[in-house]
Amino acid sequence: MHPEHIREIIDHHEGGKKAGIISILEDIQAQYSYLPEEALKIVAEKTGRSLVDIYGVATFYKAFSLKPRGKHLISVCLGTACHVRGGPHIAEEFERQLEIKTGETTKDREITLETVNCLGACALGPIVTVDGRYFSNVTSPRVKEIIHKAKAGLDRVDIQTDERIFPVEVACPRCNHSLMDRHHYIDGYPSIRVTVSFGQKHGWVRLSCLYGSFSVDQEYEAPRDTVVNFFCPHCHAELIGASECMTCGAPMVPMLVRGEGGMIQICSRRGCKGHMLDLTGVNL
Amino acid sequence: MVTLHINGLEVSAEEGTTLLEASRFYGFPIPTLCHLDGLSPYGACRLCVVEIGQGANAKLVTSCTYPVEEGLQVRTASSRVVKARKMILELFLASCPQSKTIQDLASSYDVRQQRFKQEHDDCILCGRCVRVCEEQMAAKAIGFRSRGEKRSLGTPFDLKSEVCRLCGACMYVCPACQLRCTYTEPDKAICGGCANLSPPCLEKNSFDDMMCYMEPCVACEIKKD
Repeated sequence: MHPEHIREIIDHHEGGKKAGIISILEDIQAQYSYLPEEALKIVAEKTGRSLVDIYGVATFYKAFSLKPRGKHLISVCLGTACHVRGGPHIAEEFERQLEIKTGETTKDREITLETVNCLGACALGPIVTVDGRYFSNVTSPRVKEIIHKAKAGLDRVDIQTDERIFPVEVACPRCNHSLMDRHHYIDGYPSIRVTVSFGQKHGWVRLSCLYGSFSVDQEYEAPRDTVVNFFCPHCHAELIGASECMTCGAPMVPMLVRGEGGMIQICSRRGCKGHMLDLTGVNL
Repeated sequence: MVTLHINGLEVSAEEGTTLLEASRFYGFPIPTLCHLDGLSPYGACRLCVVEIGQGANAKLVTSCTYPVEEGLQVRTASSRVVKARKMILELFLASCPQSKTIQDLASSYDVRQQRFKQEHDDCILCGRCVRVCEEQMAAKAIGFRSRGEKRSLGTPFDLKSEVCRLCGACMYVCPACQLRCTYTEPDKAICGGCANLSPPCLEKNSFDDMMCYMEPCVACEIKKD
């Protein structure tokens, strides 16, 4: 932990003079995955509030943790609907397989297990989320698979880097031909060119290659919320995977990531910002 | 001035005063635990409940936080009020049976036993120490931590506070732990009502988790390990 870094975070919130403590603590937790003791002292000092108040807020909210958390967070829902569908059994199974109690972190600092009271997806219960990804209708035999996926890093990128925007180079998963268009730049980087069709329209679309940016340039303006079919401009195969968008349920469009290897998936619905990057390729 | 009725007596009180202050001024006693003159009203202990309103609209409110209102009908010792206070005292006895203050209050309301699971906590979370530390001592060394059943009092991270001046005010005002902190006056330390017949500071081991923020404790001069 760098004291300077914490000070920078507080400065982002107008030096903590007007902004709330909670948003400052949220940002610190997002960076370090927990609230270090030193950080709380710096927050108290910089904002001119007493350490008791900061500590009170940090211990009051369940979202804040004062102990280092694992790289991955597994939340088992024990809300009423998930509870009656066997949520407690799922939680027990996680405890048994990870050899930790709820609220604890595995010794290798990989996984933190916690239970939550509702994740707002009661119809799909029992629900388990791993780093914000939902697993629905979880049964105890699937626990092992979920732990495996969590360890492999469903969301490795989000955790390892603070900057969530970075360029990727992608290729068609079918013919492995690069989809990059070096003649047209979006956001200052070569764009990703694919062909799309929706309704009666069929044309090209250029996407920003920055992971996290949603800038597009397109031949025909697709109306918001329409689900668009994506095609490789080289082999003309449809880019469609087995998975569905976590946000809206539309099919995800898979593309190979050059270099590191792995998959990037974007939601095929216009306007939906669902996307995921999976550098180890285990999620497909 | 505001005119209101306390137990049927028409009285007048300065605007902005609380029902507790007005009632006490006119000689109607109201028991309190979390209230302390000089500290901000808190309304945590609920012992000071009084009944206001008429008929179906009658309700219980904490008199320490309720300001006087024109024409208000206040009953400080109706059967409903007494029943509520007895229940609250039983709950206090269930959590902190060793407190002399609570024992005395329970006794004055003729509460001799309680019907809940017996615990032996040393804090009723009345917040007196927190407020005295902040408002009178301007230190803010101790505060509430966590929430729900895990709510507790103490310094951040349970470390010796840098802003604590060891003034002892928190222990002086505590209604629950004072028994332990009266070692210098052993007569007061022995309440005689319960099994706790020796000054607690002498049996240091059995009071490991005593709610004492001092190092060493200024009252008993025992160092915590």
